[in-house]
Amino acid sequence: MELVCPAGTPAALRTAVKAGAHTIYCGFADETNARNFPGLNFSRKELGEAITFAHAHGAKVLVAINTFPRAGGEEIWHRAISDAADLGADAVILADLGLLAYTAEYHPQLRRHLSVQAAAANPDAINFYAETFGVRRVVLPRVLTVAEIRAINAEIDVETEVFVFGGLCVMAEGRCSLSSYATGRSPNMNGVCSPASHVDYSEERGDLVARLGGFTIHRTQKAQSAPYPTLCKGCFTSREQTGHVFEDPTSLDATRLIPDLAKAGVTALKIEGRQRSRAYVEKVVRAFRGAVEAEAQGRPMPEGLLATLSEGQAVTTGAYAKVWR
Amino acid sequence: MTQAMDLTVGPNQFFWDLDTTRGFYDEMANAPVSRVVIGELVCSKRLPFVQDAFPEAVEKVTAAGKGVALTTLALITLKRERKQTGDLFDAGIAVEINDLSALRHLPKGQAFWVGPLVNVYNEGTLRWLASQGAERVCLPPELPLESVQRLAEVGQDCGVAIEVWGHGRAPLAISARCYHARLHDRIKDNCQFVCGDDPDGRDVDTLDAQKFLVANGVQTLSHATISMARQCDVLRDAGVSALRLSPQSQHFSQICEGYARVLDGAESAETFARDLVRLVPDGQLADGFLSGACGADWSGAA
Repeated sequence: MELVCPAGTPAALRTAVKAGAHTIYCGFADETNARNFPGLNFSRKELGEAITFAHAHGAKVLVAINTFPRAGGEEIWHRAISDAADLGADAVILADLGLLAYTAEYHPQLRRHLSVQAAAANPDAINFYAETFGVRRVVLPRVLTVAEIRAINAEIDVETEVFVFGGLCVMAEGRCSLSSYATGRSPNMNGVCSPASHVDYSEERGDLVARLGGFTIHRTQKAQSAPYPTLCKGCFTSREQTGHVFEDPTSLDATRLIPDLAKAGVTALKIEGRQRSRAYVEKVVRAFRGAVEAEAQGRPMPEGLLATLSEGQAVTTGAYAKVWR
Repeated sequence: MTQAMDLTVGPNQFFWDLDTTRGFYDEMANAPVSRVVIGELVCSKRLPFVQDAFPEAVEKVTAAGKGVALTTLALITLKRERKQTGDLFDAGIAVEINDLSALRHLPKGQAFWVGPLVNVYNEGTLRWLASQGAERVCLPPELPLESVQRLAEVGQDCGVAIEVWGHGRAPLAISARCYHARLHDRIKDNCQFVCGDDPDGRDVDTLDAQKFLVANGVQTLSHATISMARQCDVLRDAGVSALRLSPQSQHFSQICEGYARVLDGAESAETFARDLVRLVPDGQLADGFLSGACGADWSGAA
């Protein structure tokens, strides 16, 4: 299986390539991609050099242009597409209908992948994107079970890519405006979710209180480790119940499902985390390259290699197992 | 030239029983609204309990001279859901698409509506949908005014009526996981239809007792009711052609009448907005997506 790894910086890209990534995905340093964080992502010059480096090492580079263009500002996204094509990107990862239509019309030779942000969750959606815009690969939303993924692959002709490690959206991605409700900044429009600019920590009666846009997301006792206040992983109260109403502060680790995903017809495994450090990327990529090799040779999956790297040290296989729902 | 705005009633997001649903559409047939979107939006498991109300609703609302569309589900995954979606296009009634996969079932040349759960953020997407036969598009609630203005302009240019989320708890997210079931320590397959206990959703407050969100099955909504009561003039000037009013369990006819009076100039926005506080769940209003710092902001007096 193809291992698709994140790179938030040119250094992380080189690290991932050397650690065994078959493919790297990254974005331009602006609102055109869904990890638009300060200090992250690539200038045009950096991307050109990164693509040259990756190609020299036999790796591919995918450019995520996967936010929804702002009305009145579409040319920024159109330029990102043209530049990705000129710089020799192996594919662009897109979510917006209008941008897909633009790319199919003006850059038909540029390979198009459908971003998870497009939330194509059934064969009709995937076939629609494939037939209408020539999409060649779909990143599946994290709302599907392994059985559903297998059924989808039986009805489509394009490749599928699934997330196996890292941050876990519990909502259908690209269809969530929780963050903009609390902060005014959203994944779809700004490429950010629960942005640090809107996080406020305070100490109250021995608790560390984390607020997002003024809304309390966590209260942790000082001795405990406090997770980042991502809105959907917060602790809330609903009537007599208090807890993680939407999802615990866990992250995804589907290592042990890799053989099942291979049997389900999945082409590529994706690791989340363009915002992560080089050291993290190095460790995760190396571990997953090992897992992919093990799968290819029919050996068992390595267990628990990455436990300490996971957010809050708790992991889940998420929607891939039906009981998650 | 500025055109008049009218009112569209969106599909009910909540799970009400059959009699309540019937009664609701009887009222809507007589409400001062121009069109009604009927059908199940959120969860296909609810359908067997309410679907008998829909054909009658279509008949009554049509007989009252109003436009009608049938909505698709917001998140289509199961085989039977895909089939149901395809079947919607055979009913001879406009279909409102709230999941793009419905486009694959669209008979060539058949016009359709686009609901607020489809990501129409820019000119390119709007023009492409228009080229496929979109007649009306209700924009996603999170769009700021500058985007609404630009899209309303393009809509007029390509013959698509642009709607804005005018009233109702905003659909902020949808998931494969059912939060209502999770709150009852159940999984979705064994939900026992607990979302039916909360006709306007179940409150999800912060640990500091701030009213924040509500759970509605697999959907998460804003706790505040979004209201464009104080934004009607600016939206009309922008060329928006309709406000979408999303059903709530209490006082909904009265709310429709209020918006109609504001649009007719028979009542001031301020007066209506003040009254509205008493008519929405917990008296919380918001219009911040349009021009505030965040979606939860309200432009009026707190």
